[in-house]
Amino acid sequence: MAFASALKCRECGREYPTDPLNVCEFCFGPLEVVYDYEAISRVVSRERILNGPLTMWRYQDLLPVDGDNAVDLQTGFTPLMKAPNLGRMLGLDHLYIKNDAVNPTNSFKDRVVSVASTKALEYEFKTLACASTGNLAGSVAAHAARAGMTAYIFIPADLEKGKVIGAAIYGPTVVAINGSYDDVNRLCSELADTYPWAFVNINMRPYYAEGSKTLGYEVAEQLGWQAPAHCIVPSASGSMFTKIWKGFKEFEDLELIPKVHTHMHMTQAAGCAPIAEAYEAGVTRVRPVKPDTVAKSLAIGNPADGYYSLKTIQESDGDATIVPEEEVVTGIQMLAETEGIFTETAGGVVISGLKRLVERGAIKRDEVTVAYITGNGLKTLEAVEHTVKPVTIDPTTASFEAEVLSA
Amino acid sequence: MGVTVRIPAPLRRVTNDLDRVEVDAENLADMVDAMEEQFPGIKERLIDETGGLRHFVNIYVNGEDVQFLQGLDTEIKASDEVSIVPAVAGG
Repeated sequence: MAFASALKCRECGREYPTDPLNVCEFCFGPLEVVYDYEAISRVVSRERILNGPLTMWRYQDLLPVDGDNAVDLQTGFTPLMKAPNLGRMLGLDHLYIKNDAVNPTNSFKDRVVSVASTKALEYEFKTLACASTGNLAGSVAAHAARAGMTAYIFIPADLEKGKVIGAAIYGPTVVAINGSYDDVNRLCSELADTYPWAFVNINMRPYYAEGSKTLGYEVAEQLGWQAPAHCIVPSASGSMFTKIWKGFKEFEDLELIPKVHTHMHMTQAAGCAPIAEAYEAGVTRVRPVKPDTVAKSLAIGNPADGYYSLKTIQESDGDATIVPEEEVVTGIQMLAETEGIFTETAGGVVISGLKRLVERGAIKRDEVTVAYITGNGLKTLEAVEHTVKPVTIDPTTASFEAEVLSA
Repeated sequence: MGVTVRIPAPLRRVTNDLDRVEVDAENLADMVDAMEEQFPGIKERLIDETGGLRHFVNIYVNGEDVQFLQGLDTEIKASDEVSIVPAVAGG
């Protein structure tokens, strides 16, 4: 059953049919999916969701797909873990980690790609494609394999090895571009006009982006049908940040949860923080930057949803935090050593950002706080390799005692 | 021989389906005016009421975002390739 009725320009309000379109022909504004919420409210209930699959597709009534043939690698319904050790270290009694690094291709991107690839099949595209900072690459390649589609993956040439191999293994054509992500994105926008392919984050973008709402729904459901007081989220384009908020607000409007009082906190690494810099400067126009950051998954210098992220911050009385580059790895270590979760660089940005938020009094000890961990540390080994020193010994007790215990 | 401008799909209704147009201009502001003469209606899609580039339009000269150059004052010459690209992509 489909409740998506149209696409609508977020800027000028012009409506379009639910086609593979992402841009308003008149003002170039982004198109967003319009739902028939009245029809949804007649169907959706906590009970219906609880009886759904233990994946993101338990929220299908709120996703823009037509049939029941989702391209589904069993994405979502990932753990929301209480983090007592990290909480103690930071001075928080109710800290939770949303561990989205355990999705099928080890990042939250499976949520958006599951929706985008499902739509691509509905539109009878044969080829799935994307511009990626890394995590999306693996997810698109895997979903294309599952759906029997051809895949073209475009990435910046300096990407971490784990992300390149982690995408190439599924058999797509991987194209590394001599340039930044923003160069890759521009090229793909041009290619999307020429080739009849489903670019998940270009012509499929209105549908794709909706997949991230499930990160809001799940956390609310897992907290016992309520939104948290604080969310800490990493941002590149800003899309996920806005959609988590949208997810909470939709649940509130559908009376699945009480009124939402969540403060949305965005985090970016200093080497690429165009949205956070606009927030600090108090302007709504995000000035693009040339990224130079260890957090490559967040290295988008010209963020498509920067403007709307700033609106989300304003609506939720949230803020944005810039994390110094040297604290990215510290954040990764902190989470690994306290809670046993190994995250990639974006997660390091989140944990160090969280620490800064607590230190400046933005989060109080007794408030329910959720840190979003959206990618797996095994993909960015290069970032932390220099910090670990495994010991090698001979297979003797003497060697163990001399090299390990006495060291 | 003028400057080649790459036209994105959302604008092609205005350019009679042309994906490339050629115009004579010395900077981007002139280029937009020259395009408006050939294809009435294109200017309001690119330029906002304050005379600046619309929020969700990116223009590149030889692959460089003009926000890193001189914006609409960026000078162009005959061998340059200008590309108009919607900003809402990626992420």
